[in-house]
Amino acid sequence: MRLVIALPFLWLGVFFLLPLVLVLGLSLGTNAPDLAPPVELGVSFASFRLLFTDDLYLAAWLSSLRIAATSTLVTLLLGYPMAYAIARAQPRRRPMLLMLVVLPFWTSFLIRVYAWMGLLAENGILNQVLRATGLVADPGTILGTEWAVHLGIVYAYLPFMVLPLYVTLEKLDWSLLEAASDLGARPLAAFLTVTLPLSLPGIVAGCLLVFIPAVGEFVIPDLLGGTRTLMIGKVLWDEFFTNSDWPLASAVAICLLALLVGPILIFQRHQERSLERI
Amino acid sequence: MTGRARFAFTALAFGYAFLYLPIALVIVYSFNESRLVTVWAGFSTKWWEALMHNEAMLDAAWLSLRIALASATLATLLGLAAGYALDRVPRFTGRTLFASLVIAPMVMPEVVMGISMLLLFVGSDQLLGGPARGFLTITVAHVTFSLAFVAIVVQARLADFDRTLEEAAMDLGATPRTTFLTVTLPLIAPALVSGWLLAFTLSLDDLILTQFVSGAQSQTLPMRVYSSVRLGVDPQINVLATIVIAIAASALVLSAWLTRSSVDKRP
Amino acid sequence: MSDPIVKLEGVSKRFGAVTAVAGVDLEIARGELFALLGGSGCGKTTLLRLLAGFETPDSGRIVIDGQDMTGVPAYLRPVNMMFQSYALFPHLDVAGNVAYGLKREGAGKAEIAERVAEALALVKLENLGARRPSQLSGGQRQRVALARALVKRPKLLLLDEPLAALDRKLREGTRFEMVRLQEQLGLTFVVVTHDQEEAMSMASRLAVMKDGSIVQIGTPHEIYERPATRFVADFIGVANILQTAPHQWLALRPEKIVLAGSRPPTAHAATGKVVDIAYEGDRSLFRVAIDNGPVMLVATMNVARNSDGAWRRGDTVWLGWADDAGQVLDE
Repeated sequence: MRLVIALPFLWLGVFFLLPLVLVLGLSLGTNAPDLAPPVELGVSFASFRLLFTDDLYLAAWLSSLRIAATSTLVTLLLGYPMAYAIARAQPRRRPMLLMLVVLPFWTSFLIRVYAWMGLLAENGILNQVLRATGLVADPGTILGTEWAVHLGIVYAYLPFMVLPLYVTLEKLDWSLLEAASDLGARPLAAFLTVTLPLSLPGIVAGCLLVFIPAVGEFVIPDLLGGTRTLMIGKVLWDEFFTNSDWPLASAVAICLLALLVGPILIFQRHQERSLERI
Repeated sequence: MTGRARFAFTALAFGYAFLYLPIALVIVYSFNESRLVTVWAGFSTKWWEALMHNEAMLDAAWLSLRIALASATLATLLGLAAGYALDRVPRFTGRTLFASLVIAPMVMPEVVMGISMLLLFVGSDQLLGGPARGFLTITVAHVTFSLAFVAIVVQARLADFDRTLEEAAMDLGATPRTTFLTVTLPLIAPALVSGWLLAFTLSLDDLILTQFVSGAQSQTLPMRVYSSVRLGVDPQINVLATIVIAIAASALVLSAWLTRSSVDKRP
Repeated sequence: MSDPIVKLEGVSKRFGAVTAVAGVDLEIARGELFALLGGSGCGKTTLLRLLAGFETPDSGRIVIDGQDMTGVPAYLRPVNMMFQSYALFPHLDVAGNVAYGLKREGAGKAEIAERVAEALALVKLENLGARRPSQLSGGQRQRVALARALVKRPKLLLLDEPLAALDRKLREGTRFEMVRLQEQLGLTFVVVTHDQEEAMSMASRLAVMKDGSIVQIGTPHEIYERPATRFVADFIGVANILQTAPHQWLALRPEKIVLAGSRPPTAHAATGKVVDIAYEGDRSLFRVAIDNGPVMLVATMNVARNSDGAWRRGDTVWLGWADDAGQVLDE
């Protein structure tokens, strides 16, 4: 049994924890473009200072959090009724309905984001439809704006919201809703006072599953957001690959980690508790 | 009650349309004569032929496939161990840390994992002279993060598991090891298959992590796709997308069929 | 019946190809403790849900307290239900559960607190307001469910298998409590149960249901002593059903038969061998194989402590019964 624990523990220790420690170490180093790797080890907080004082970086932090938060909210608003509908559907239809939600997830993430590029381009389908139906005279281009990034995040992460919501809603004792109705609650009141509170675990799980990775998203802002959209994942990438400033990129990673360690711990405890209840 | 149900079902229909519209368009345009997605110029399979002869793409696909097979299998083994340990051993030193390490890769932004693993490999390169960045490093990276997904699937299945079956086996004379191999494992096998398929898909599709830890020679399929789409829409990518979608759909149907027939027998 | 609190006229309900309730007519008087009794699938639960407002009838009318409530949804009816599973809200404590219905009415905080305390005292759970349902025993949960339904002072209280989840000892005490409560509050209760002993001991009147229809309505005494059909005679308690002529049977209750060593001086008699004796403590149930006849069940009360049972298996005995001891049935 000890081996069973030790093997994955060791693997994760070496390939997950240790690298993070290295990042921490590197973030305290200084940029040395002439060396290979381009780092001079030491203890310097210059990178961190830059991150917290430079307007550009601050703006990137804020916009990342903002975009991730709004996208998570929209995903919740769309995902909740979907999960509810599946949970209320006839039991024999549910597996198929779920599969239809999950199938896009099993298709390449990259390709799904790419698909939106065509849709949202200047002469893309969306604009063609808008112009043809006369809804909007001059739609402008959505591609290359924050709208596109929001759309992309909602699109890519929707299955991550629907699944945990469905799991929670499916376990709901529907006779509780009947009891609420029996006690005089109108449908909306019953939903707000019974269904919603009891589906909170699913909401928390879904939101964390979307928000945490969305903050550090790279592909979506890169392909759909254009130059005007600032997200911290992109900043990290650019610092590392374009500017070859490894300490700065490491500092970004550490800050991102620090920002998300709280939500990650919440998520982990939440997972444990939900499994206990089973 | 019906009013609310109607609203929910409308949302569901809209959600499906939202999810599948881009996919449908990509498939349709893989058969478009014209290069542009904006204009339909007639049915054509020329892009399909072009892709079939695209050496670079085919090489990348082959590499991705090999990496996916290796990492999925290893991730399933480690994930099984991790999930089993978390379910069966309620207390051991470092359990909280272990649980956090198992689940963190699932939600952590890939850029963070990417940079950290690259540093590890650069460091090991300096200290130990290897390994070279390529197949091995990419596989290791993929295993690390898909392990989490497998562990979750395994843990969920084990939580549902009827322990009295194991007790019955031991009562009839089976050692814990035999019990695991002859009773537990067969019954959680569908979950393991699901986990494997999940790890396989995640590996096949991964971009960011791979970009960080790959070498100059090793270009996986997502990397090729990415460098292509950065320049704009590419009809060959549409074709690739269609293939990927078809494979994913059949894999999912297969997985669903497997789990459904076992749910009926599930204790 | 004049001014019944519930009047069902030709109520029917189908689920797909299955007819759950087939054209039921029923009147329930105010202050009754009425029981719907039947096996699974007889339609009693559907009928209860139709009264509650969770189902709409395909045809017929449902009139509650003089008002046509046929299409009215549950949250607008002056009817409350105690669910078989209790359906307590796990995210609210006991007081929150009981207060739920009052909050929906828009009652003020002070009034709610007062009425909740009153309801909890009524079911003897005064100090448990802050507990969660998961921290309560089965019997306590049942009382919370009852308090929650009663606090709204409904015109009609529906109870779905109220004693089914309780263990035997608790069941008897709770049964008594419920009847007492009903009489004290003067409410009308409609109880659904498959347990005929429960129905008989609680109800002031009951209806036996089969395949979506009511087979017989009456007081427990009427149902027991004057069953309308063989089905009712057999469903309620134990009965010997003897065919006396084509399309005619006699339903004879075991306790109405006398057991003797020699031919008893009753209008009817028969002799046979004792096949089995089931000693139940307060009474004994004898299986007697009548010579050239069926096996009959006879029950005697064990009134004397030291008698040790006069009969053994294999003994020859005589059975006797009076002219009016059984009910003549043509169905």
